[in-house]
Amino acid sequence: MKYLTILAALISPMAALADPPPADWDAVLAEAKGETVYWNAWGGSTTTNDFLAWVGERVSEDYGVTLEHVKLTDTADAVTRVLSEKQAGQNDDSAIDMIWINGANFAAMKDADLLFGPYAEQLPNWALVDVEGKTVQTDFTVPVEGYESPWAMAQVVFVQDTADMPERLGSMQALQEWAQANPGRFSYPQPPDFLGTTFLKQVLVDILPDPSVLEAPATDENYDEVTAPLWAYLDALTPNLWREGKAYPATGTAMFPLIADDEVDLSISFSPGAASTAIANFELPETVRTFVLDKGTIGNASFVAIPYNSGSKAGAMVVANFLMSPEAQARAQDPAILGYGTVLNMDALSAEERAVFDGLDLGVATLTPAELGTVQAEPHPSWAVRIADDWVSRYGVAQ
Amino acid sequence: MKARRFLPLLPMITLLAMIGPVLAGLYGAVLPAFGHLPAAGLFGPSLAPFEALFAWQGLPRAMFLSVWIGLASTTISLLIVALIMAGWSGTRSFTVLERMLSPLLSVPHAAAAFGFAFLISPSGWISRALSPSVTGWDRPPDLLIVQDPWGLSMIAGLVIKEVPFLMLIALAAIGQVDTKRSAMIVQALGYRRLTGWLKTVFPLVYAQIKFPIYVVLVYAMSVVDVAVILGPNTPSTLSVQIVKLMSDPDLGMRLQAAAGALVQLFLVIGALGFWLIMERVVRRFGLAWIGTGQRGKYDTITRQIGLVLALFCAFSVSFGIASLAIWSFAGYWGFPDFLPDQFILKNWMRHSDGTLEALGETVLIGSVATLTALALTIGCLEAEYRYKLRVTSRGMLLLYLPLLVPQTAFLPGLQTLMLNVGLGVGRGPVIFAHLVFVLPYVFLSLADPFRAWDARMGTIAAALRASPDRVLWSVRLPMLLRPILTAAAVGLAVSVGQYLPTLLIGGGRIETLTTEAVALASGGDRRAIGVYGLMQTAAALVPFSLALLIPAIVWRNRRGLRHG
Repeated sequence: MKYLTILAALISPMAALADPPPADWDAVLAEAKGETVYWNAWGGSTTTNDFLAWVGERVSEDYGVTLEHVKLTDTADAVTRVLSEKQAGQNDDSAIDMIWINGANFAAMKDADLLFGPYAEQLPNWALVDVEGKTVQTDFTVPVEGYESPWAMAQVVFVQDTADMPERLGSMQALQEWAQANPGRFSYPQPPDFLGTTFLKQVLVDILPDPSVLEAPATDENYDEVTAPLWAYLDALTPNLWREGKAYPATGTAMFPLIADDEVDLSISFSPGAASTAIANFELPETVRTFVLDKGTIGNASFVAIPYNSGSKAGAMVVANFLMSPEAQARAQDPAILGYGTVLNMDALSAEERAVFDGLDLGVATLTPAELGTVQAEPHPSWAVRIADDWVSRYGVAQ
Repeated sequence: MKARRFLPLLPMITLLAMIGPVLAGLYGAVLPAFGHLPAAGLFGPSLAPFEALFAWQGLPRAMFLSVWIGLASTTISLLIVALIMAGWSGTRSFTVLERMLSPLLSVPHAAAAFGFAFLISPSGWISRALSPSVTGWDRPPDLLIVQDPWGLSMIAGLVIKEVPFLMLIALAAIGQVDTKRSAMIVQALGYRRLTGWLKTVFPLVYAQIKFPIYVVLVYAMSVVDVAVILGPNTPSTLSVQIVKLMSDPDLGMRLQAAAGALVQLFLVIGALGFWLIMERVVRRFGLAWIGTGQRGKYDTITRQIGLVLALFCAFSVSFGIASLAIWSFAGYWGFPDFLPDQFILKNWMRHSDGTLEALGETVLIGSVATLTALALTIGCLEAEYRYKLRVTSRGMLLLYLPLLVPQTAFLPGLQTLMLNVGLGVGRGPVIFAHLVFVLPYVFLSLADPFRAWDARMGTIAAALRASPDRVLWSVRLPMLLRPILTAAAVGLAVSVGQYLPTLLIGGGRIETLTTEAVALASGGDRRAIGVYGLMQTAAALVPFSLALLIPAIVWRNRRGLRHG
């Protein structure tokens, strides 16, 4: 018995040390003070990098948390990193404290038990989040279950240079016809790049009479039949693509220089405000506008997740909570800064907070929330994986 | 006495610093290639990863591209260097060309590739200069120039960077060969300049620079950043595919990546073998050609071709960098405008903090790694000289291991190893990882000039009662000042250019100019790439200028040593 007491005494402080309880917010704040949070986030966009730097300044002022932005070219690098650490038995002080994540990367990490949580719905600012209207509790149909917290909404928009292409297009069929009339003036990022894969999903969602079949995982039985119209569509489109589909831009942002160079007239983006921001930064001509399809376009949320072995979980939660604050959300939505959609429910905000959002000048090329129309749900990740693989064998190895 | 005990151990320590991490990392690659990755819940052995890799339809083409691009770019680079040195060395044009090409060596591959892509693309600078006045284009033509399926623009992009590299290595080596008298003799025998040089000096120079040539070959076969910017992507080269597989969110893909890495390794070994065979073939034909006694009928035209090609390299890189500079100050810059609408400082102001921090990190890591590498290298070579340790060709092969093994194959495994021994991530391990790549380059740059040093100088000094240490410090090292500085500059340039080791071993926490620039490259923001590319170029340019400048100043009154 005596030994048991000693044992219990030995164990209890360790248990207290282990993980900060998200529900006890004061304890989290106390523990977060002085911590350094390494946020691994894609570093390919200067505007995003500037926004993250601003977040760092703010959390340092208010909470004494130091935020370091680790710039990734690919979020999967961070997944790989956490996996290597687990392999090496590095279970308590990861190089990574927070990851900008969604979709397949999240599914992979959640599946492999590499994430800390659930924590998201215990954060104080969760009360302000628009749970009803925005897809923040499922991530590409995978249940989030509090293992990541949302901070931005993205929706597919088409980016057109009205100097060369005055009219918007209402459907994927219209795009096909336009490309036939204007060969070589459209391209999309090369799948498996996520924006390129999104374009493929957008085609499928738009041309299928009933896209609800995509909500369930793809099966060997239904995959060929469901995707057949997509391949027929692409077979017709590819010869009319930029470079006849023999080369593709590597990423979504690499599309903007192509428009500025007048190599293409039409492109897609996952950020409704990105075109306005790019115009302000001289990266796109002032004649650029955006549009969505008549039936709407695909949208999803960007999240942050905390690795199971982070040494600064409290600090990371403080940052995650700050990202959902009205202050950070309004700044992210400002097209002069970032132009990302907010995850907040306007009705949950105070009048002053709402006024900040209402006062934003969304920019010449940004659609209003009403104009953005219906947000279509992301298909189950299994579709994206198979479609991207199939695309690679059909068009990615053409030579 | 101390030195006596310590010095003979240095070769072992050096080898360990280079080989240990590679072997450990390879071990970490071989296991997943055969289906063993416990962290992802996969247990081998199985051949499934290879089967999956071979099932990818792009594989034959990707393998072909790696081999073709590697061999073609290396051969062309070597030819240009041989032609230019044969046709023009010793002339005033050559001095001018040398001054133009040498600084270009320091331009990082990614920056050069970006500049080159902007020059030659249908909406690029050349096209803008001629549009619409000459071409009549008010929109760029839909032509597949950059990322062409045969990798021609990638080959060109590699050649313009490898010519300066091989040229500097050849210049460093040429001091060890008595070129002046050979040239005089063959010219007295009636040989034209180019033919005479090729027949007498080239074989000697080639023997000294063949290792750097193998390095170029291996590099060209497995390079990732240049391939992403200029290379084909339907499909891409094998290395790019491996990196893509490595970064797939499906953790199981790492098995396929490991299998691909082993395939890449065998391709590299095969290509090197092919090159060695070709060396013999060329030697046989070369001997026959020397035997004919031809004095050089086509010398004049061949010389001109060599000069034009070398100038093409010099201008491509220079104008590419100039375009980066303009982009870094550019406001809106659409086609077909030759210059931007307005010049702005916003891009630089936006990035000033980031670039300066990254510059400090880059310089710190590079200097520590290079100084360590130099100390180890000189120690090894001196030990070899004093104790008559013979380095066998097998020993040399070990030296090549870090450069023969594609980085993507062994770095993740290395990362796991470092974590296991408690080294963790951070600056120290990154310097250690850089050393793995810096050491061989420094060793290879320095070994041949060091060994070719005329040992009779040492004998004379010893006869004057100089101790072995004094011979080293007061005679040998000063005489070898130029190759030592060149080796240091090469080491720094290698360190500045390292991307994967910095990213993986630094856990992403170490931000150098290169990791920042490559991260930005994926976003295609030419203004930011311009800023970082220029800073990156400057970080490597300064050491190379010093490598040229210091010997000229120190030996301003010792003419015979200026090329030594």
